[in-house]
Amino acid sequence: MANEVVLLDALASMFGMRARVALAEKGIEYEYREEDLMNKGELLLKMNPVHKKIPVLIHNGKPVCESLIIVQYIDEVWKDKAPLLPSDPYQRAQARFWADYVDKKVYDAGRRIWTTKGGEELEAAKKDFIESLKVLEGVLGNEPYFGGKTFGFVDIAFVTFSTWFLAYETCGNFSIEVECPKLIEWVKRCMEKESVSKSLPDPHKICDFVATWRKKHGVGVGRLSAYMSTVTLDRFECVCFWGLLSF
Amino acid sequence: MSKEEVVLLGFWASPFCNRANIALAEKGVAFEGREEDLFGGKSDLLLKSNPIYQKVPVLLHNGKPVCESTNIVSYIDETWPSPPLLPPCPYGRATARFWADFIDKKVFDGGNSIWKSKGEQLEVAKKGFLEILKQLEGAMGEKDYFGGDSFGFVDIIAVPLTSWFYAYEKFGGCKLEDYCPKLYAWMKRCLERESVAKVLPDPEKVYEFVINLRKMHGIE
Repeated sequence: MANEVVLLDALASMFGMRARVALAEKGIEYEYREEDLMNKGELLLKMNPVHKKIPVLIHNGKPVCESLIIVQYIDEVWKDKAPLLPSDPYQRAQARFWADYVDKKVYDAGRRIWTTKGGEELEAAKKDFIESLKVLEGVLGNEPYFGGKTFGFVDIAFVTFSTWFLAYETCGNFSIEVECPKLIEWVKRCMEKESVSKSLPDPHKICDFVATWRKKHGVGVGRLSAYMSTVTLDRFECVCFWGLLSF
Repeated sequence: MSKEEVVLLGFWASPFCNRANIALAEKGVAFEGREEDLFGGKSDLLLKSNPIYQKVPVLLHNGKPVCESTNIVSYIDETWPSPPLLPPCPYGRATARFWADFIDKKVFDGGNSIWKSKGEQLEVAKKGFLEILKQLEGAMGEKDYFGGDSFGFVDIIAVPLTSWFYAYEKFGGCKLEDYCPKLYAWMKRCLERESVAKVLPDPEKVYEFVINLRKMHGIE
């Protein structure tokens, strides 16, 4: 039976990366399609008419939307390899709770860090961001992964944000390693997995995007100028970047 | 075998708490409901069981807490599998989760923006809310329930929010049924179920509650 898997995605999206990691964990072959977020394709608009956002997983022509829902779907369809969620209902509820926490707290505070001009707003965003990371560090405890002994759902939900850490640190002038050393150890541990390292773009690419956005919005490039690549931004990168505010 | 102890920390007007109430009733699970005083002072048990958000509902199963209403409904479904609330196939489940997530993101905030605003903002809020309800009608299509022929996960996530619709109508000066007749037909269908009828508060009481909320927010 043909198993056609297509992923509509955008390189810098930490949500899209979740789907990439999950597919890689399961060893699923798929077609990756980069979306032009400033000029969204007909397929994306048809497959996700409600939110019009990436990622969208299209399995044998049928769309699945919202990154955590996609990861659960992947886990349920390809259930014979690398289980991502635990089998015990209480542990599953805990995993879903913490993945949701990443969406509610980490994303929002992180976004405020790289989009604000500075001053009190930036300090408040940094405080919220660091607090949320410290909570997650506490949840990790002394286990190698959020999933316990094995890499799992919450690891996938959160590790994709690590490509954005350098951008957050540069905009906010702080070090995540100083604040949450165990988390950075966990990131390095995850990056030893091919499913993760091959799915996540270079953090410097994220810094490039953020620097360009900030320049265009007069937010101030500052320290990020060190990361501006000298390669002329082609339309792909520009559009990918504008779209970052609304994956 | 130890006795199952199920406690639900809730609040009568909260549609989120009522999701859990309905799910437990659908499964025939005996539980102790404890009403939290959200304005007077949250209980130590609530603050200890949900330190992150300090909100209701919290389900305590043999002392272990589960938080966030949609998560609680999933947990109830997985722990007491009969009758199932989610469809058996992964695609059906993903679709159900998608609409549950849509409802979570849009409906309550969208509706509440009506009683929180005035003048032009109110018109914008009403228009936005009607669009959301129309999208939900689209999701249901010609089916009796969001789940198809039988009452299920998405119906449980959605129906408690409807007890606030009367308040939105009063503040919005509109009759929602005129705009979304299919949704109202679905609401009535759901209210014929004991699990729903016994749980959902009287919309008049919710309206009075919202009047007080507005005062507390310093509106008007």
